[in-house]
Amino acid sequence: MALTIEARGLVKRFGKKTALNGLDLEVESGRVVAVLGPNGAGKTTFVRAVATLLYPDEGELRVVGHDTRREPEAVRRAIGLAGQFAAVDQAMTGRENLELVARLFGQRAKQARANATAILELFDLTDDADRLVRTYSGGMRRKLDLGASLVSAPRLLLLDEPTTGLDPRSRLDLWDAIDALLEQGTDVLLTTQYLDEADRLASHIVIIDEGRTVASGTPAELKSRIGGKVFEVHVHDRADLPKVAAALARENGAEPQVDEATRCVSVAAGPGNDDTAQWLIAGLRSIEGTAVDLADISVREPSLDEVFLALTDQRPEEEVGANKQHALSAAESV
Amino acid sequence: MTTAVATSQSRAGLLTSTGLLAKRTTLTFWRRTELIVLSVLQMTSIMLTFRYIFGGAIGTSQGLDYVDFSVPGFITAGVLFQTLGTAIGMAEDVEGGFIDRLRSMPFPSSAVLTGRVLADTGILAFVLAITTGVGFAVGFRLHASVLSGLAAFALCLLFGVAFSWVFIAVGLFTGNVKSAQGVSMVVFIVTFASSAYVPVGTMPGWLQAFAENQPVTVMADAVRALTLGSHAHALLGHDAGYFVSRSLIWTAGITVVFAALGSARFRRR
Repeated sequence: MALTIEARGLVKRFGKKTALNGLDLEVESGRVVAVLGPNGAGKTTFVRAVATLLYPDEGELRVVGHDTRREPEAVRRAIGLAGQFAAVDQAMTGRENLELVARLFGQRAKQARANATAILELFDLTDDADRLVRTYSGGMRRKLDLGASLVSAPRLLLLDEPTTGLDPRSRLDLWDAIDALLEQGTDVLLTTQYLDEADRLASHIVIIDEGRTVASGTPAELKSRIGGKVFEVHVHDRADLPKVAAALARENGAEPQVDEATRCVSVAAGPGNDDTAQWLIAGLRSIEGTAVDLADISVREPSLDEVFLALTDQRPEEEVGANKQHALSAAESV
Repeated sequence: MTTAVATSQSRAGLLTSTGLLAKRTTLTFWRRTELIVLSVLQMTSIMLTFRYIFGGAIGTSQGLDYVDFSVPGFITAGVLFQTLGTAIGMAEDVEGGFIDRLRSMPFPSSAVLTGRVLADTGILAFVLAITTGVGFAVGFRLHASVLSGLAAFALCLLFGVAFSWVFIAVGLFTGNVKSAQGVSMVVFIVTFASSAYVPVGTMPGWLQAFAENQPVTVMADAVRALTLGSHAHALLGHDAGYFVSRSLIWTAGITVVFAALGSARFRRR
């Protein structure tokens, strides 16, 4: 099993703020791994460490087999980086941007030109290739930025929140572009705060919070961590909710969650509950016993949101937002 | 990406990457026509203001027209105003993530800085040529040999190298465009509290002490001494060699200190 990224006990502090707090993370080659976490969890700091833009204070970090501190150049040769901001020159054309990056990677002028053309085609930017980037839309800029990280045919592509700040249409567009890359077998590490993005693009997800790895696995594995299928019962009358919840609580499962607003009781099959079908049937029987007027019954896969909230301790949004400011300003100073 | 992109890349060396990045900075300068027009207009209007509005009041000294005194000063101050743009350019690149991209690539990262200095020097040569042209148009005359005049021009370009390093460091340390712009206040103070526009002797004592000993004065006087020929000694008290050697020491000192600061900041991980 070849490891593309091997991080052990990474610690990085910016003044008093600890951005990485003993982070362990492994990425096997041939995988698309999403690092998922709330703002301020340490995602960007981790990507910057992998990209050799900063060195961890403690711990070991190897990328494509090379230590980032001792052999940064070998790492840099193997990676492509597309950051949160579209890091392209606004006063140059799309083509010039790509050619500059290719030349700086050591390609000859002719090859750089050919590769720029190929990338422009791949991202559907050929018609706008010779316009100044400052006339591009946000989505086009982001695509060009992604393209610039690919002119060197990197073994590992680092995407730091690739779609943050994009409108929904550009977001779908960029997802398609990333899909195309994945089909060609580039290893990808992407960070995101969007669960649907991780679910859509990644074969593996690593959830981090407060600078540590909280959980990792395939989306399906993570979903099963909070207990397999989710059983939802909707009622017409809000007053019936406690009765339904009590009925479901008797069965072997997780604690039922009551949502007053949607008049719904949901319960996940508990961990280690192998026979989901039997569990469901038992659940249905005990609801029948309550004689409540039901609106709907459904069974679904747990969403990553539920996994995420369960694993990151359901921290309130405000606190998370405040952390973000701190971590970003520290992480972004060169 | 194996299907779309072919790569047989070697490593871009320091010279190649310096050249590539200098080309990028120069290219983007030429594309920002409004910036070129603005900096030429600014330079010209300062010169016209002093020449025709304040010039009469300032008068002449040692049998020398104010225009002959002031144009070398304007050109020296122009070096600072022109290279000031580098602070903003660097800050833009930091803020926009462009520097991050460059630093994550396998070429000698010092090329980002040397490329900037190289491009700045070329751009400065262009802008100073225009300024000098305007200087001649408003009545400035060379009182020394053409060679001496060319030496003065070359000296200004050397000052430019030093100040380019200063403003690269400023751009890197501030890291955002707004703070980098704030530094222009300092440039105003340093150029006005010098011999660039008026003789230091007319300033109050406390200011004189500062003005006499700061690099812009030494630099302006060096350029003056090289262009005024025989008038220089009478006006300035020393001959050209005295000022030129001192200005070169300042230039070297500033370059060493700020190149070290900027590089250290740039390399910080």
